[in-house]
Amino acid sequence: MLKVIIHLCALWPLVWLYTQAFNDGLGADPVKYVIHFTGIGALNILLITLCISPIAKYFRQGYLLNVRRLLGLYVFFYACLHLTNFIVFDLQFDWPLLWGEIIERPYITVGMAALLLLLALSVTSPMAIRKRMGANWQKLHNWIYLVVLLVCTHFIWSVKSDITEPLIYFAMAFVLLWFRKDKAWRFIKFFGKHRKPQNGIKTTPKS
Amino acid sequence: MLIKIAAKNALSENDVTDESVYMDRRSLLTRMGFLGAGALLSTPSQAGIFDLFGGEEPEEVALAKLQYQAAAADPQTLTPENKVISHNNFYEFGTKKTQPQQMARGFVTDPWQLTVNGMVNKPLTLDYQQLHKRLPLQERIYRLRCVEAWSMVIPWVGFPLADLIRQADPTSKAKYVAFKTLYDPEQMPGQSSRFMGGGIDYPYVEGLRIDEAMNPLAFLAVGLYGKALPGQNGAPIRLIVPWKYGFKSIKSIVAIELTDKQPPTTWNILAPDEYGFYANVNPAVDHPRWSQASERRITTGGLLADNRIATLPFNGYADEVAHLYKNMDLRKHF
Ligand code: HEM
Repeated sequence: MLKVIIHLCALWPLVWLYTQAFNDGLGADPVKYVIHFTGIGALNILLITLCISPIAKYFRQGYLLNVRRLLGLYVFFYACLHLTNFIVFDLQFDWPLLWGEIIERPYITVGMAALLLLLALSVTSPMAIRKRMGANWQKLHNWIYLVVLLVCTHFIWSVKSDITEPLIYFAMAFVLLWFRKDKAWRFIKFFGKHRKPQNGIKTTPKS
Repeated sequence: MLIKIAAKNALSENDVTDESVYMDRRSLLTRMGFLGAGALLSTPSQAGIFDLFGGEEPEEVALAKLQYQAAAADPQTLTPENKVISHNNFYEFGTKKTQPQQMARGFVTDPWQLTVNGMVNKPLTLDYQQLHKRLPLQERIYRLRCVEAWSMVIPWVGFPLADLIRQADPTSKAKYVAFKTLYDPEQMPGQSSRFMGGGIDYPYVEGLRIDEAMNPLAFLAVGLYGKALPGQNGAPIRLIVPWKYGFKSIKSIVAIELTDKQPPTTWNILAPDEYGFYANVNPAVDHPRWSQASERRITTGGLLADNRIATLPFNGYADEVAHLYKNMDLRKHF
């Protein structure tokens, strides 16, 4: 039942969005509208996904944990639509331009990194694979904490000057990470251990 | 929700009798000559006018129709009026593109004062009436290229900037022209709240070199699509510099000052590495965060009708303005 509601809540806005978009119902710049809608949509679902375990823990509603996979896959789905909108309607299949944007624009590079991580998490989400991966599965899926930070960075770099909204998203992301600060901290330490030593202690002196 | 609005539009269009539409178009025809009217009528946006009369927002005043010399026919597809007036970067009225249309409702532009002073022999002050009366109005169809890589084609009504500056008789010391937008936090919510105004220090200021300002393309618009400017488009008077990125075309101007120093400009102050003083449209110099090689032209239709086209140097006005920058490195002076 819960899952049916999630499907409806995730799919209905998209039906609305594309009906409006193809009928010129989204204002002067429907292209930006669909890009923003799916981008924000992906980030919203991602934050909701991250709310699940704190809520489930606090209210002792273990069954909630089961919807994380579905929600996570919808994050990936929205993010894919987001990229598709960008390629099809904004760049209009200008592949060299896409490639140029990915390597030249930091905010797109960061978005791409987030999307690739989401891809990795999505393809390893089926139970069978999860079982086979054992403890590594959890390690891999902890990367979602990095994804949420990457996406917030992508967001803040993509706006021209009004950073209020992305800052609110950053704040929400930090609150959600705070709930699992021990785990997040272990993740960061694990991350540090695997980097080259001189990078690990780099403090970027500015003078 | 949008579905509902569309339905309402359809209704208000039916409410207007065919005759008044016809009379309205006829009077336009006689006033402007056939060609200009043809260009106007060929766009489906005429109905947009009537939305303003519709009972929805009573505080909305009908925009005055202007008398002007129509532009020659232009093969370019115009951006429909309803998109020109609903997709605006005017942070004084909010940073979202659709916000200015909502927030600028009831923006009072009459009375208004525009001063032209500084290094001039005959300082001027124009009131609201004079904005429309002092100089003969003409129509100009210009491409507007936003630094965000979208563009529109808009029929403005106004007069050449040079004509007004000449009336003030600049002294030989004047090398630059500085412009300033109204500062009125009571009316402009973006100026009273940092959150709404995108972190800009107001009032918004812009500037041109004097030879740029005297170029015949530089234009002061008091109207678009044959009517006085709506608030969100920079009522009652705004600059149009069609070979530069849109942010140079400062809106709701209260002061024009001739000076001997390069004046500060708002976006340059905010992010000097991203926005230069010149800000000429240049496909060869990217914005640090996105490409300027191409743009999306906003015309009619939904998602699929949107066109990505190559951006031209000086927004396609190189013949008229390239000589102004002959010995300049435009990568450095972006
Ligand atoms: C290859 C990957 C990606 C590309 C090329 C991309 C591209 C873009 C573009 C072009 C914009 C609009 C910038 C503008 O206003 O002009 C944007 C904004 C945004 N993107 Fe992405 N993106 C990518 C990945 C992602 C992912 C994975 C997410 C979230 C899970 C995401 C979330 C967002 C958000 C929240 C915004 C801001 C929307 C707004 O300003 O309303 N993006 N992205």
